[in-house]
This record gives sequence, C-alpha cells and structure tokens, in this order.
Amino acid sequence: MSAVFAFSPDEVTAIRLSLRVALWAMLWSLPIGIAVSLLLARGRFWGKSLLNAVIYLPLVMPPVVTGYILLLLFGRKGPLGRLLADSLGIVFAFRWTGAALACAVMGFPLMVRSMRLSIEAVDRRIEDAAATLGANRFWVFATITLPLILPGIVAGMILSFARALGEFGATITFVSNIPGETQTLPVAIYTLLQVPGGDLAAFRLTLVSILISLAALLASEVLIERASRRIHGL
Amino acid sequence: MLEVAVAHRFGSFTLDAAFQSAGGLTVLFGRSGAGKTTLINAIAGLLRPERGHIIVDGEVLTDTEHGIFVPARRRRVGYVFQEGRLFPHLSVRQNLLYGRWFAPRGGRTGEVEQIVDLLGIGALLDRRPALLSGGEKQRVAIGRALLARPRLLVMDEPLASLDEARKTEILPYIERLRDETGVPIVYVSHQIAEVARLATDLVVISEGRVAAIGPTASIMGRIDLFPLTGRAEAGAILATTVAGHDPAFGLTTLRAAAGELRVPHLDLPVGAALRVRIRARDVMIALAPPEGLSALNVLPGTVAEIGRTDGPIVEMRLDCAGEALIARLTRRSVETLGLVCGRPVYAVIKSIAFDHHAFAGAAPPSPGADADTRDG
Repeated sequence: MSAVFAFSPDEVTAIRLSLRVALWAMLWSLPIGIAVSLLLARGRFWGKSLLNAVIYLPLVMPPVVTGYILLLLFGRKGPLGRLLADSLGIVFAFRWTGAALACAVMGFPLMVRSMRLSIEAVDRRIEDAAATLGANRFWVFATITLPLILPGIVAGMILSFARALGEFGATITFVSNIPGETQTLPVAIYTLLQVPGGDLAAFRLTLVSILISLAALLASEVLIERASRRIHGL
Repeated sequence: MLEVAVAHRFGSFTLDAAFQSAGGLTVLFGRSGAGKTTLINAIAGLLRPERGHIIVDGEVLTDTEHGIFVPARRRRVGYVFQEGRLFPHLSVRQNLLYGRWFAPRGGRTGEVEQIVDLLGIGALLDRRPALLSGGEKQRVAIGRALLARPRLLVMDEPLASLDEARKTEILPYIERLRDETGVPIVYVSHQIAEVARLATDLVVISEGRVAAIGPTASIMGRIDLFPLTGRAEAGAILATTVAGHDPAFGLTTLRAAAGELRVPHLDLPVGAALRVRIRARDVMIALAPPEGLSALNVLPGTVAEIGRTDGPIVEMRLDCAGEALIARLTRRSVETLGLVCGRPVYAVIKSIAFDHHAFAGAAPPSPGADADTRDG
C-alpha cells in the first residue's frame, strides 16, 4: 500500500509544476477577466458579439487547435512571441510560462462567463444610489459593485484553476512535453501510460489529481457561501 | 431656493414642467406616469434632460443651453428612493456613514447621533438591511441621504411600498425632518393624505405638465383641481391649535379661524398647532343652525364657489371666516336648498369623521375614541 504513495522526484516535480501553472494562469487572467466581463456585461460597442465569440472559441474548438494557434502566435517565430521576447524578454515557447498561457486561454471563457453573470445580476439602481451620495465611478465600483460580484469572481477563479489543472491538449501542442518545465500532471499521466510498468505511478498521480480538484471545488463552495452570506447579511 | 425647468421626451410621452421652491417641503403631486420621478431624477442628476435648467441656491446644476451638467455625485442632492436601495452588503451603520466619506469636511460634532436619534434607528446600527422591516429600511435610507450633508433632499414616494401601519410609523419622522433639519425637500407622492400632512407647497403635475402650483391649503381648496387631486379624498385643510380637552367625553377642542371643532381625544398639549384635513364628503350643509342633531361641529360661512353641475355630484367651496371648506353634495340637494354663491350656510361635520388620516403633526386619536376607522 505504501508503494502507492512512494512519489518519485519526477512525480513531485510534475505536481508542483501543475499547481504553479494553474495558479499563474488563474492570477494572470483575473484582472483581464474582470475587465472583459465588465465590458461584455455593461458595454455597448460595435463588435461586442464578435468579442464574445472569440472569447468562447477555446471552449468549443478542439484544444489541439487552440494550442496550434498559440504556437503560431506566441512561438519563437510567431509575431507576438518574437515581439514579447525582443521587447520584454518574455518567452512562452517550450517554457512553463507557455503552459500557463495555454491554461489561461482555455480557462478564460469559464471565468468570464461566471463573472459576467454576476455583474449582470447587480442592481444598477444601487450604484445610482451610491452616486447620489457622492461616490465617483471608481468608488462605486470598489465599494459597491466589487463586493456584490465577489461570489461570481471567486467562482470564476476556481473554474479557471480547475480547468488549468486538467488542461492537456493545448499545453502539449503549444509547449510540448518537457519534464520539469512543461510536463504538468495530465501530461505526466499520459506519458506514464505510454511506458511499460508506469501504471502504478499513473494511478498515484491520478489520485493526486482527483484530490486537488476536489479540494478546489470544496474551497469554492465554502468561499461562495461565505461571500453571499456577507452580501445578504444572513 | 430651487428653480427647475425641464423638458424631456420618452417615446410618445413629453415632460415639460417648471417650478420653484423657496424651501420647506414641496410635494410633486400627480398620478403614476405623470412625470414626477423623471423630474426629481433630473434634479438629482440621474437624468440628463433634453432641455432645461436646474438651479439650487444659485448654483447651476443643469443648463442645457450652456452645456452644463454637474454629475450626480457632485450635486449634493440627497435621494431617498421608493425601494430604499440600501447597500445589502453593508451594515446599517456603514450604510449611514457611506455618504460622509465623500461629503465636505467639517460637519457639526454629534451630527450622526442627532440624525440616528431623529429617525429612531439607534438599535439597528449593527444589523444588515436584509433583516430590517420596510419602515426601518426607509428610515435608514433617509438617514443615509441626510448624513451626506445634502443641500436638497428629494424623496420618491418613500412610503409607497409600505402598509398603513408602517406609513403611520414614518410620517412623524418626515415631519420632524421638514421642521428641524432645515434641508429643503422635494417629495413625490400620489397620496392625498401624505400631501395634506406634509406639504408646505404643492405642485400638481398632470400628463407631464404643471397643472397648479401654490401653498398646500390654497391648492387643496381649489375645486377645479379635484379631477387631478382625486375626488374621494379631496378636502380642505384648516390650520388649528388645541384649545382644550374634555376628558369626561374623551374629546379635544381645536380652534381654527373658521370656528371650533370637537374631535376625538388627541394626546397633545393645549396650544399645540395642528393641521386638519376635512374631506369634502364628510361635510353636510344646513341653511339654519341645526338643532336636535348629533353632529358636534357646526361652522358658519357663505357659499363662495360652486363647481360643475353637469353630474349628480357637486362640489362647493365655503368661505368660513376667510378659511376655505369644501363640501360635496348631490345636485339634487343643491337645487332643493337653493344654494347659490353668496348664500349664508352652516357646515356640519361629525366629530368621528376626524380619523387618524385627518391630522398632521400629531399622535393619532387614542384608540378608545376612534370609533370610526374608515380607511383613507
């Protein structure tokens, strides 16, 4: 039984890498996600449906296609990849940062959907009330809108994180399968299943994967519950 | 000093109204959809009118001709909404103090305690809005608007969502607000009872236009406006003072210029000022001082004006020592009695016609004396 939990250093690396990639993917998409959700929920502009469609594309396209597009755009020879490498020194290709980018893109529609719904549920007349009390747009957002949409933001973050943990297709297409750099949990499990005698290790990592996902979902339940209780004052 | 002139179109509805207020509590009165809320939204800066200007204490807040539009947050116009609109995620205390963050510094010390006290919300400070009753919510909403130190307060039917008991609970607070804080108030209502009780001045709005404007008693006494102010509840307003009590019969005597009125016992000291509304439907007319009649109140006067006589019901205004009293009779009675302008008559009012809707600035009649509880 103890053999089940005898993690090899490579496996531990994969677990830690996976957590790091998911965390970064979530944190970087958070401010952009809030901004885009606000834009979609409140904005009225030309091309809104198109923006909406583009954001939801990763949800419906085969992940391999998303990964390939990322490779074309952010690869060593891609236009954006070269620009970022030359100006800011940020390299995505075959790095863990690339894995985080792939996960962020894949989780983005889920995050935006959750946040957008919560923003649309906010009674804008309450924001008007804050304005009549002297609050400018920033303060209305910071003291009224943001606290009211907090459950939606938390839910969006957890969804993005969970999606990132499970991301496989886009990651392996974009940044390949490099142990210690881009080999996240799902990729590691896949790799282990390709080699003879890797079953037990694959099983170990599968358990870990289940545990992390379960913990994330339970945490989200608790956080959302607490946030909505705070809002409704019950 | 408030000066408002607003023209705005919504689809087929056109609002084109102007009025001024020198202070006190100005009621914008009219049916639902008459444009009242649009007007105060324009005053508060929540609506940018197509044309018009809004000036408060000499400061131009809106002037479409010169492209001036001060945003709501810089107007210092407090707004009490029909549904309260408290911030659900903040406690009552945080709701109350919200506007102070943004208000100009240097308020009086003890201002918060004073307003909390005025509104009787001291026990609620640590609660969340979700746990408040409708009446409590509205009192907190009023306090929140006041603590932002507004130079003008607008109130949009703040009692509309409340039942009768809750209304009776809040009305005295609004009266204290009017009389004690000195903040001018623009108050939207379509309830004649609220108007009679609260209004210093009255602006009658009908289909987007101002139909009449003036001091409350003179507007309420105009029988030509009854189609707009509402027939069933229409009636004159008398300014009275408490002249004495008759504990043996549980009655209170009120003195008005028109004469003395005996009403069910009021828990008020002698000399207290009181506004009384006498509904037109509660007034009978006699040609001679009646005898052998149970009604206790008989006021002499003359017929000053007779309304339209093309239906079965006729309204008339009586002049009772300079005060207006309105009576509603059948046309048959008018003809039988030969009532014409200038004819001396006696107005007869049953004491129990004075239910709790009739009084302003007072506790309602004590329950034992309130034999007749017709609703308003």
